Amino acid sequence: MEKPLLSVRNLTLDIPVGGGTLHAVRGIDFDLMRGETLCIVGESGSGKSLTSLALMGLLGKTIRRSADRMDFDGTDILTAKPRAMRALRGDRMAMIFQEPMTSLNPAYTIGDQLTEALLLHKSVSREAARDRAVELLEKVGITAARSRLGQYPHQLSGGLRQRVMIAMALMCEPELIIADEPTTALDVTIQAQILRLLYDLGREMNMAMILITHDLGVVARVADKVAVMYAGELVETGPATDVFNTPSHPYTRGLLRCIPQPGKTERGSTLGTIPGIVPSLIGDVQGCAFRTRCPFAQAECKADIPRREEGTHMFRCIHPDGKRHAEEEVTA
Amino acid sequence: MTQVETHDPILAEITGPTPGQMLRKRVFGHQGLMIGVVVLVILTLVAIFAPLLAPHDPYAQSLMTRMEPPVFLGGDWEHPLGTDHLGRDYLSRLIYGARVSLMIGVIAALISGVIGTAMGVAAGYFGGRVDMVVTFLINVRLAMPVVLVALAVVAILGGSLQVVIVVLGLLLWDRFAVVMRASTLQVRGREYVAAARAIGASTPRVILSEIMPNIANNLIVVVTLEMAHAILLEAALSFLGLGVQPPTPSWGLMVSEGKNMMLFEPWMVLIPGAVLFILVLAINLMGDGLRDVTAPENRS
Amino acid sequence: MLLFILKRLGLAVLVAFTVSFISFSLLFMAGDPAAALAGETASGEDIESIRKLYGFDRPMLVQYGDWLISALQFNFGESYYFRLPVSSLIVDRLGVTMTLGVCGITFALLTAVPLGVAAAIRPNSIIDRVALFLSVAGQAMPSFWFGLILIVIFAIQLGWLPPSGASSPAHFIMPTIVLGYYAMPAIMRLTRAGMLDVLSSDYIRTARAKGAPEGRVLFRHALRNAIIPVVSLAAVQMGFMLGGSIVVESIFALHGAGFLAWESIARNDLPTVQALILVFSMFYIVFTFLADVLNAWLDPRMRSS
Repeated sequence: MEKPLLSVRNLTLDIPVGGGTLHAVRGIDFDLMRGETLCIVGESGSGKSLTSLALMGLLGKTIRRSADRMDFDGTDILTAKPRAMRALRGDRMAMIFQEPMTSLNPAYTIGDQLTEALLLHKSVSREAARDRAVELLEKVGITAARSRLGQYPHQLSGGLRQRVMIAMALMCEPELIIADEPTTALDVTIQAQILRLLYDLGREMNMAMILITHDLGVVARVADKVAVMYAGELVETGPATDVFNTPSHPYTRGLLRCIPQPGKTERGSTLGTIPGIVPSLIGDVQGCAFRTRCPFAQAECKADIPRREEGTHMFRCIHPDGKRHAEEEVTA
Repeated sequence: MTQVETHDPILAEITGPTPGQMLRKRVFGHQGLMIGVVVLVILTLVAIFAPLLAPHDPYAQSLMTRMEPPVFLGGDWEHPLGTDHLGRDYLSRLIYGARVSLMIGVIAALISGVIGTAMGVAAGYFGGRVDMVVTFLINVRLAMPVVLVALAVVAILGGSLQVVIVVLGLLLWDRFAVVMRASTLQVRGREYVAAARAIGASTPRVILSEIMPNIANNLIVVVTLEMAHAILLEAALSFLGLGVQPPTPSWGLMVSEGKNMMLFEPWMVLIPGAVLFILVLAINLMGDGLRDVTAPENRS
Repeated sequence: MLLFILKRLGLAVLVAFTVSFISFSLLFMAGDPAAALAGETASGEDIESIRKLYGFDRPMLVQYGDWLISALQFNFGESYYFRLPVSSLIVDRLGVTMTLGVCGITFALLTAVPLGVAAAIRPNSIIDRVALFLSVAGQAMPSFWFGLILIVIFAIQLGWLPPSGASSPAHFIMPTIVLGYYAMPAIMRLTRAGMLDVLSSDYIRTARAKGAPEGRVLFRHALRNAIIPVVSLAAVQMGFMLGGSIVVESIFALHGAGFLAWESIARNDLPTVQALILVFSMFYIVFTFLADVLNAWLDPRMRSS
């Protein structure tokens, strides 16, 4: 069997805060093959972004990271020396952030910033690097690419800047690209274009991609695998088809009800919402974190929650099938 | 800290202390602020009760006991910190000197505070032409070399405590104007100001009851910094012989008088300068502390 | 950018004229300048003739106009005390003060910027505390006292440095430290605050995500942005320092323009005082103008607008 490019087991992130420890991410597992796209879905604050920063080794010093395994193509990210991590970052793994307006350095030209990673990691001439930058700018759909190299970030619109960020991440042809809500800061029309672009480029270059988003419509179109996070935990994960066809965790179903589906959702009917708020994760966290908002919660939800696996489809719920049939009966 | 009783451990939020408790904790937990306040309170009490505390008349000369060393350099307890070149008790002069410094600091900061705040608030609140004029005046004021202008004016009008206070008060309003202008600009756009205007509150009323309370934090910080500034300037002026005139016991003047004896009696320079340093340090620590405590978002 | 420079230049010129008017008015604050010039023993007639001779009998605005026109040609009249043209007095003395000012700001920048950067990299570390202590102490330190302490230690006790005068580079060491330490705290604090701010910004995370080494992240990506406001502050401090050189020069008996100011104030030599106030103000105005232009040039957002 092919070895996964990225393999994570029991990733845990703790943040010491005033009143104790914030258990921001608890026991995340997943594998990612080359060329595969994994979408991590969840509400803001569910630990998606922290997880991605942890993979890149970009967490702040105060955050404690632990895991049973964090393996990137044979390199143990967990124990890798800073120098080894730097060699990976920007070269073999790259990241696209959610704030295009502030993620580019205002003091340097687009050209300087695009070529930086290439010049750092590969022995290429400045000229070759600039040619590569132009090539990628054209690829991400920027016109008059060569003249853009001399421009400063403030001269570009948000959409253009995010395209530049994408081109920047692609400069060294990374094997893994992590995109953390790459389109939330942009106009809706541009969002679709950027995602399409990212997806096509990923396929074209056979990159593995982790796409972090809360937009399930996007997930349905691009994901090979889906991981649903709630309050720092993976509540459901598996192949996209399985998760969408048989959403098993009550939270996943709640999320899916929140998106309108053409043909299925009736005109004028109200979209679903999940009542309640995400619990505080400070102090000891036990049992299912979703139980305070779950319609099927019962006393046992306070105890340890079993992992239920149906092939590669996994979810955590006290109920053997996550009560998905119960719900179907109700809606039917 | 109290823990709210809940059945659900994940909901067991750690209930924080009340805002009042948090402020108290920040204030008393801030080392610099506490040190500054304590030292300043002590020095203020010393200044107020100077006649009771001073062992001698600060003006009484005694040619028999000139330049006696302090006790720690072999002097006697009659003059714990020795005597100066005219035989005046050094400790008594230091104690009375606290009055001079504090009075200068407080009154000069008050005068400049009134001027600068009026200008800054007006500029921030009305904007437009008013703002242009005030900004221009601030620029002019900043371009004038303070020490030089203060020295020249004091020299022309004759050095006395009152003149020094007024001159410094009229010169040090720039920081008040800058900070108050910026703070007012920030506050002016807030909803409660718009609300007050919407219900028809008059302009002075909006400024006094909506704007001022919300920029008072910053004002207090600037007051402390300018107090320190005024005290240092007075000392420098007096040191140069063009500020407070002898025989008034000003610390800057004492350093200046001690300077001539510096070769043999360096303590005559060290002691008044050290006291001046401690007073200014205390005020600055208090100002920095207040800034930290009142603006939690600025703390690193 | 050109528009910005022109606007800024206009403001500078306007400020300069206002300052010139204020420093000229000082003469009239002194009461009757003719009486002052004639001395205490002069008769009414003497005073009257001096009034005519110096033109003090004309309206104030006319006198200001005259003075301004001469001042624009760098002619400030004759010193009452030295009986020499004020402009040549100032030119003679300015060299020392400029040397001191340049040394002082260089010393301040060379200590403040590295300390500020180091403090920002490791907040609350030992080095941050040392930097904070130095800056708090520096702000409270009366510079005349600091200067005297240095003299006691390094000139009298240790005998390493000359206590006063300006005849060799060694004479400038202590004055440089005193003047530089005066400007250091503000620059240090701004550098630290700027670096802290920039280091938590998204583009620094982007630089790290590219695999840039830490030194490159700190200096090329962070400091380049954090240093922009420090440039203007340094110019402002330089202006303040020249004005403040009066104290330092008097302690170390450096016969510069500050020392001249002290002498002429003590001797009621008003033309010299007026001219010096104007000259020091001009330096401040020019420095801040240049700093704003440099600033605009360093910041691409302003450069291209």
